[in-house]
Amino acid sequence: MTSPTPAILPERGLADRLTALFWRHPRLLLAVLLTPPLLWLGVVYLGSLFALLLQSFYSIDEFSGVVKEEFTLKTYAELFRAQNLDIIIRTLVMSAAVTIGCALIAFPIAYYAARFARGKWKAVFYLGVMLPLWSSYLVKVYAWKLILAKEGIITWAAEGVGLSMILNAILAIPGIGGNSLSTSPLGTFIVFVYVWLPYMILPMQAALERVPTSMLEASADLGASRAQTFRTVILPLAMPGVIAGSIFTFSLTMGDYIIPQIVGTSARFIGLAVYQLQGTAGNIPLAAAFAVVPIVIMLIYLTIAKRKGAFDAL
Amino acid sequence: MLLKTMKLTATTALGLIVGLTPALAQMTEVGAGEGELSIVAWAGYIERGETDPGFDWVTKFEESTGCKVSVKTANTSDEMVALMNEGGFDLVTASGDASLRLIAGGRVQEINKDLIPSWSTIDPRLQDAPWHTVDGKHYGVPYMWGPNVLMYNTEVFKEPPTSWNVVFEEQTLPDGQSNKGRVQAYDGPIHVADAAQYLMFHKPELGITSPYELNEDQYKAALDLLRGQRELVSRYWHDAFIQIDDFKNEGVVASGSWPFQVNLLKAGGAPVASTIPQEGATGWADTTMLHVDSEHPNCAYMWFEHQLASNLQSDLSVWFGANPSVPAACTDGRGKQTAEGCTTNGMDDFEKIRFWTTPVADCAQGEDTCVPYYRWVSDYIGVIGGR
Repeated sequence: MTSPTPAILPERGLADRLTALFWRHPRLLLAVLLTPPLLWLGVVYLGSLFALLLQSFYSIDEFSGVVKEEFTLKTYAELFRAQNLDIIIRTLVMSAAVTIGCALIAFPIAYYAARFARGKWKAVFYLGVMLPLWSSYLVKVYAWKLILAKEGIITWAAEGVGLSMILNAILAIPGIGGNSLSTSPLGTFIVFVYVWLPYMILPMQAALERVPTSMLEASADLGASRAQTFRTVILPLAMPGVIAGSIFTFSLTMGDYIIPQIVGTSARFIGLAVYQLQGTAGNIPLAAAFAVVPIVIMLIYLTIAKRKGAFDAL
Repeated sequence: MLLKTMKLTATTALGLIVGLTPALAQMTEVGAGEGELSIVAWAGYIERGETDPGFDWVTKFEESTGCKVSVKTANTSDEMVALMNEGGFDLVTASGDASLRLIAGGRVQEINKDLIPSWSTIDPRLQDAPWHTVDGKHYGVPYMWGPNVLMYNTEVFKEPPTSWNVVFEEQTLPDGQSNKGRVQAYDGPIHVADAAQYLMFHKPELGITSPYELNEDQYKAALDLLRGQRELVSRYWHDAFIQIDDFKNEGVVASGSWPFQVNLLKAGGAPVASTIPQEGATGWADTTMLHVDSEHPNCAYMWFEHQLASNLQSDLSVWFGANPSVPAACTDGRGKQTAEGCTTNGMDDFEKIRFWTTPVADCAQGEDTCVPYYRWVSDYIGVIGGR
């Protein structure tokens, strides 16, 4: 007669001991699994953000350009100098304009792709939207500089078909015009819209695809006209997608420093100011303070977007 | 409190990482090369025959010393100061508006000129120049100097323009069209000095004696002139190659420029030429300076000697349209430069050129009476932003 197997088996090695340890202390396993990603987030991501914040509380010795590591709010006060406020307002206006421009152009495209494109055409559509993202961003911007130049293809084509008058009239508008498209705020706007458009189309399309057909049918059954259905059913349901897209276009425009450097009037944008202040002028504290501005604006923006349910569409 | 503690910890940690090395005393002898040399330089300053096989002053240096040269190109003086503050470089070809800031910031070390055999061949006007000599101590070795020229399109200007007013004041150019939108200006605060120099000639009542030493009234007049210029300029230039593109495709016909762009455009067959108008010109006199924490000081001293004694001075002056710091390089056939070439580049105009220097508050007009550089920086950003 064999003795009965004991209820608790003897440990068979390290693996058993570890299993037992984790079984007895479930939180330990959680800690082991979570530490690496938390370290990454904490040290690399938040750490760099914290270093940035810290820098913005320093100031700079104005002659030698050496950073004085003493706590001060002087650098933030500098943000409110007229020329720096100009930069912030200019960037905000441009970001808003680019976002609205992208939304207006992207909506019909996304709507068509979500509702009507089928099979092969769907693939063509995806390819078409994604294709510009495959080539280098710099190459695209330089290409646009040439397209928009005074002696570029747009001016040439306008002359060819006798539309120079219209082009010149547009360029004569104060505030958005300039000597040529490539040296006007309008040109900067066009390039921004082109570069960020895919980031608006894709979330919009995702949201539109989720609008159930049954609701549209119900709307029609209840006697709504197509315009009414669009206004009261499709648009509200697609709104989270529009807002999700706008987060991309808005924040990308606000942080960009390459486009305004190559196309436009040389007037600074936040991204360009940060780039020049830290890279060119060596004024890291002011650059850091400038960098905090978009963070604050985006936090406000994201809070509003979250309330509108934008993150459901991501 | 927490912030303060953390700040303290962070600074201490930083200090440990950076290594709190005391400032090196000047070198007493040149030993064997360390195998590497990194230089912060203006575009076109360090050529190894890759842009044009005829212009190479690096390959031979590398072969004879074993010091592999790497170059970081900077577009403005502010960028050079920033790069040197960051560290990790050995040499910088600093202009006068950067060199004093580097010395004041303790970023460059004193040079022992006895270790540079060819020091005595340097132009006597440059040997003790105030932009690299402080309290009798030398902080660099003169590299090149030259004027900021007025570049113009020869199809529009049949005769060279005689005044800088073509870029400062609205007018009808010889081809019958306005200059509005067809001129450019430099995207660096030091451009305020060009405006001041223009006023020095045209508004003597302002009493400007140096474009780098401006009191409040003089400074205001210069800024007003620049605000008028903003109406004429569609885009400012800071990248030499973007300016070249703008002359080709953007219909730009006149701009302050460097001989470098003029030469490249001419080589590409563009109808441009350059001139120094009646008001004179600002200019640059560059000095090679050695970083205080340089890891390759022996290679750096070998470069100092190389920059004075080799074909560099002569060939670079042809390539960049500049003037050698060693006058003999114009004539002794060590490179491509000739006496006529040096005259064209303005070798005889040394006295007419007002070299870039950093504006400081304490100037010849009295203590704390001049507008210092940091205000030039922020105000120029304002001017470009249309304020």
